[in-house]
Amino acid sequence: MTAVVTAHGVTKRFGDVTALDDVSFALAEHTIYGLLGRNGAGKTTLMQILTGQAFASSGNVSVFDAPPVENPAVLSKVCFVRESQRYPHFYTVRHVFHTARRLFANWDDTFAHGLAADFQLPAGRLVRRLSRGMLSALGVTVGLAARAPLTFFDEPYLGLDPAARQLFYDRLLADYAEHPRTVVLSTHLIDEVSDLIERVLLLDRGRLLLDDDADDLRGRAVTATGRAEAVDGFATGRTELHRERMSGLVRSTILDGLGPHARTLAQALNVELEPLSLQQLVVRLTAPPTTTAPADREVAR
Amino acid sequence: MDDDRPIFLQIAELIENSIIDGSLVEEAQVPSTNELAAFHRINPATAAKGVNQLVSEGTLYKRRGIGMFVAGGARARLRERRRERFTEQYVEPLLAEARKLGIGHDELMKMIDSFDAVVGRDLR
Repeated sequence: MTAVVTAHGVTKRFGDVTALDDVSFALAEHTIYGLLGRNGAGKTTLMQILTGQAFASSGNVSVFDAPPVENPAVLSKVCFVRESQRYPHFYTVRHVFHTARRLFANWDDTFAHGLAADFQLPAGRLVRRLSRGMLSALGVTVGLAARAPLTFFDEPYLGLDPAARQLFYDRLLADYAEHPRTVVLSTHLIDEVSDLIERVLLLDRGRLLLDDDADDLRGRAVTATGRAEAVDGFATGRTELHRERMSGLVRSTILDGLGPHARTLAQALNVELEPLSLQQLVVRLTAPPTTTAPADREVAR
Repeated sequence: MDDDRPIFLQIAELIENSIIDGSLVEEAQVPSTNELAAFHRINPATAAKGVNQLVSEGTLYKRRGIGMFVAGGARARLRERRRERFTEQYVEPLLAEARKLGIGHDELMKMIDSFDAVVGRDLR
């Protein structure tokens, strides 16, 4: 694998808050990553450090074999699309494209205007007069047309309706196929992107919980539903993430639930196995321990 | 793609199905990785993994610079392999459910025969 990014022991502290805690990973070229995790998990902080907009408190980061901070040679290959992007107050959509053309070596003006038309972005409109959805569409357009070898999208979908999001995913896949590059998608809409992304990075309270192939994570966890004794029998020796009850029925979420004989065992015990989607897996791995959630309570009889 | 198996396996199986049902004949060109990715809305690397599995199994072969093609004899080999898995995939679960419901052997055979007579006739 040719790494475009390597991070070793990256830690970021804000006062007594640890936003990133000893995070190490590499990003390969020509790969789409999903950067997942709850709000406050450290996703944006990590992207800021990788794009030279923030310093790590400790650890080191290399982007295209060099530190990114104030390094124009590196930053010309990096595009960071974020909701909070600010533009000069007199900027129109067209101005943004002009600026992007100077910033990004691979910028494709025709592609940008095609995307703007698809998203119904008026080229002459002042950026500060754009609706939230149009602002997101502008960000997505710049991110795609820049064709930067390393592109970050930080929750690019805010304000985009489902049809516009589908358009974004389709254009991303099509253009990525023609012009492979490294894309990092930070998103909460995991079900929508789970087939698009090749690898998953999951942050939880500043720590890197998963760095895996998205396809390998499919079916890594299962829910096992059946009579309590049967589920106990099935769950023995396996890692249980979560448990719900309803009268005598138990539904247990089990990590790495499917060994070679798991299905036979489940069938013999009359336990129903269902795979967990990537989104459900992330929910279970990052949800705080609940004390009295309604579904977890024993039903009074 | 919506079942729990890895997507690359599902892609491989979709292509196999097209070969088995004759919509992709031997020596026909298979859709490119990018076409498969766009159509199924999946990552091109995942689509490539599915196609490559079929290449390594000898179902498809690569013509450099042109694309992927269905290998000679692929259909017969796939049918043979599917037949070998038929018992485990279809007969076993059928019998397990029948046993759970107390459906005996004769009753089950009768069900198959009458279903085949009514619905199967339309499928032939």
